[in-house]
Amino acid sequence: MFFQNLQKTLRQNIREYGMYIALFVIMLIFTITTEGVFISSRNLSNLLNQTGYIAVLAVGMTLVIVIRHIDLSVGFLAGFLGAIAAVALVQWNLPVFVVIPLVLVLGAIAGLITALPVAQLGIPSFVASLAGWLIYRGLLLLVTEGTGTIIIPDATFNALGNSYIPDLPEMAFLPGVHKITLLLGLIGIVFFILGQVNDRKQKQAYNFEILPMDLFILKLVFVSAIVGAITWVLSGYNGLSWTVVIVLIVLAIYHFITTQTVLGRHIYAVGGNPEAAELSGINVKRIIYVVFGSMGMLSALSGILFTARLQSATTTAGTLFELDAIAAAYVGGVSAAGGVGKVIGSIIGALVMLSLTSGMNLMGIGIAYQYVVRGLVLVAAVIFDVTTRGKGR
Amino acid sequence: MTSPILEMKNITKEFPGVKALNNVSFKVAQGEIHCLVGENGAGKSTLMKVLSGVYPHGTYTGDILYNGQAQQFRGIADSDKAGLAIIYQELALVPEMSVYENIFLGNEIRNGFLVNWNETIKRASEMLKKVGLTVNPATKVKDLSVGKQQLIEIAKALSRDVKLLILDEPTAALNEVESDNLLALLRGLRDHGVTCILISHKLREVFAIADSVTVLRDGQTIITLDAKKGEVSEAAIIKHMVGREIENIYPRREKIPPGEIVLEVKGWTAFDTLLGRDVLKDVRFNVRKGEIVGFAGLMGSGRTELAHSIFGNPDGYHLKGELAIKGRKAVFGLPEDAIRAGIAYVSEDRKGDGLILSQDVKQNISIANLRELASRGVVNANAEIKIANQYKGSLNIKTPSVEQKVVNLSGGNQQKVSLAKWLFVKPNVLILDEPTRGIDVGAKFEIYTLMTELVKQGMSIMLISSELPEVLGMSDRVYVVAAGRIAGELPISEATQERVMQLATN
Ligand SMILES: Nc1ncnc2c1ncn2[C@@H]1O[C@H](COP(=O)(O)OP(=O)(O)OP(=O)(O)O)[C@@H](O)[C@H]1O
Ligand SMILES: [Mg+2]
Repeated sequence: MFFQNLQKTLRQNIREYGMYIALFVIMLIFTITTEGVFISSRNLSNLLNQTGYIAVLAVGMTLVIVIRHIDLSVGFLAGFLGAIAAVALVQWNLPVFVVIPLVLVLGAIAGLITALPVAQLGIPSFVASLAGWLIYRGLLLLVTEGTGTIIIPDATFNALGNSYIPDLPEMAFLPGVHKITLLLGLIGIVFFILGQVNDRKQKQAYNFEILPMDLFILKLVFVSAIVGAITWVLSGYNGLSWTVVIVLIVLAIYHFITTQTVLGRHIYAVGGNPEAAELSGINVKRIIYVVFGSMGMLSALSGILFTARLQSATTTAGTLFELDAIAAAYVGGVSAAGGVGKVIGSIIGALVMLSLTSGMNLMGIGIAYQYVVRGLVLVAAVIFDVTTRGKGR
Repeated sequence: MTSPILEMKNITKEFPGVKALNNVSFKVAQGEIHCLVGENGAGKSTLMKVLSGVYPHGTYTGDILYNGQAQQFRGIADSDKAGLAIIYQELALVPEMSVYENIFLGNEIRNGFLVNWNETIKRASEMLKKVGLTVNPATKVKDLSVGKQQLIEIAKALSRDVKLLILDEPTAALNEVESDNLLALLRGLRDHGVTCILISHKLREVFAIADSVTVLRDGQTIITLDAKKGEVSEAAIIKHMVGREIENIYPRREKIPPGEIVLEVKGWTAFDTLLGRDVLKDVRFNVRKGEIVGFAGLMGSGRTELAHSIFGNPDGYHLKGELAIKGRKAVFGLPEDAIRAGIAYVSEDRKGDGLILSQDVKQNISIANLRELASRGVVNANAEIKIANQYKGSLNIKTPSVEQKVVNLSGGNQQKVSLAKWLFVKPNVLILDEPTRGIDVGAKFEIYTLMTELVKQGMSIMLISSELPEVLGMSDRVYVVAAGRIAGELPISEATQERVMQLATN
């Protein structure tokens, strides 16, 4: 009975669980082939930090693709805005706490500008954002032209890309372990379990369909174990980095918006059937502005994270970010037909792609093969998506 | 009886949570017109998809004998080769392609490696003539109304060498004249040896054309009736379909004096920038509180355009004229504004602009009125499920749960979801555009009863329908629309079929 239920649930939700399984398998393979180096605290921590600036882009790109559009300009927009941040810090001597909001706002405005011809004139977003790609690339070169690479001396800013959250002072209890990280992980697990139990109770009260008890417990144990394992591994090195914290916050906000709010529903309705959405009283143009605006803001965030990580703005910053983000979204189960896709999926997708890079680097596989493998994985993911479409719910 | 051309034995087909077909047997004689009837969700379309290989061999159990031979179709291509053609309930045309390209799509007339376009156009014109459609073969399909697109589908099937033609509700979107043409066409084909399976909810035409009728109910064969033995009558069909008798399909309504005018339109002209002409000219009408106002007319007469232009003008017509809600002038820039002003519009094209097929039943029902389910922008998911279940119950929507994706529902049940969505908006004026298209008799009766109740509660209904009996049976007043104009207004006592048709065709 238990296994039947498990099988049925897995089959009905294969699309949803597919990526997690894929990520798990990929990590397992690399752990074996690198004799455990891949799963070491240090490597995992690095991997997550590298994923950060692509992950935030992938979150924004998810929504763009969900409403059946694309934004190619995000990579160089990130690079350009990162350079603006550097200029603001170094040449204008503005404090960090002014620079960051300023750059985020600029990003949102840039997104709105991309959306303008798309929403008002129905210009394909591919074209509009390709123009943006060219323009921001030019602007990036312009900004960095005089000085070349702009080195950023500001420690607070650089911390966003390089540092870790503080810890309690060293003590005898659990030496060498990052206790705050561990604590946060535990709090996360507790909140997750409480939330799930609460949700289940409510559903029961309404007499809705729920998972059988044994599967429910399995789900709780499984997710808790994964979160626990990751926190444990991370706390063995430097703990949570600021980058990871920022990505988690972005993820939480976007997950909430897409799953719980009217705005989120409207976005998915526009993606599912724009005409029907319009006739249902949804302002489709407004949704386009909102989604592109958010994409621009996240590009700015990505630029900040990347610039902080390099501690400098370079002339090539942001190159190919847009394609990594798009690939991450597709690997994460976003459908090109519109209306389908989850932000969590895209983050997992970004992790899958970065794991591939990181694992193959550790194995000493040449960059040429790496591109080929990543291409194959992308295709495999989309094939999986298409062939499982319509199955289950 | 001649030998059966087709025999389906003990067919069972299951979807997650639904047994769509349960041990169905179905026999069709050579050269007959065999009608397949049943309630929404009875399994008619599914049975035909099993037959044509849409659900390939192995995804169902049971046997298919065609011309006495066991068949194991793995896809449409296989059944096509065997001389089967199916025209779906949901149209399968390429909107951006021309009529002639669509007719010969996948069956191109070749000249070596190239397509012989001249021959294609010539043959396409012949096919169009056969189905009685006068359009330029070079017209893009997307510029045609749903009804005309249906005829193109039929022309497409005829262009292939069909032995067994399957039509899933072909006349749902056609008016009576066109339906009659089509029926005559089918008779002609029968005389040329083409066997035909016809699914329809229009019992009048089933009665008119069927040689035999098979009734499905809840995924099971109930009975097969033979016309030659005089077994086919509307009453008999209804009884077997719904399991009870329905006396009068249009519910009786007590006459209430009409209330104040809630919606009024004057000098209303709409210019379509894409077509480059006026689609509505100097339209003037009004709707009173608690009234059902019928809008009769031919396909393409401008009734849907009228509804759209009032409902926030999503097609971006250039509008002139005056629109007043409860005596107050109103200007709607978007459907959003119209909804706020208490207007709801149930679209005629549920797949095109009515429903979001990739989403589930509850999301479709709530989408136009999410704000009612939300506090501070956050949707209360449980309340949403509860509301959806209420409508599932009251409209008798057949689905295992409200979390089923709408794409998996039968056509008629999709229509009910579309209706539920707009009832949840709780409008003052409900515009129904072909509301019973593809809906079974039982459900039609339910919808009519519902309409009666809604107007009793003070709602006003604009009923756009190409089914004249429906307009005449339900309305208090009838406007006849022809070529974008109001050709006449008739109180129900003066509205007869002849009078309406005369106005509509003038
Ligand atoms: N792909 C699918 N997945 C799940 N359920 C399905 C699917 N297709 C059909 N069904 C279910 O199977 C049943 C039969 O559907 P079918 O479309 O054959 O009905 P129908 O007799 O053609 O009805 P209608 O007159 O409304 O067109 C319905 O309950 C429907 O919800
Ligand atoms: Mg059907």
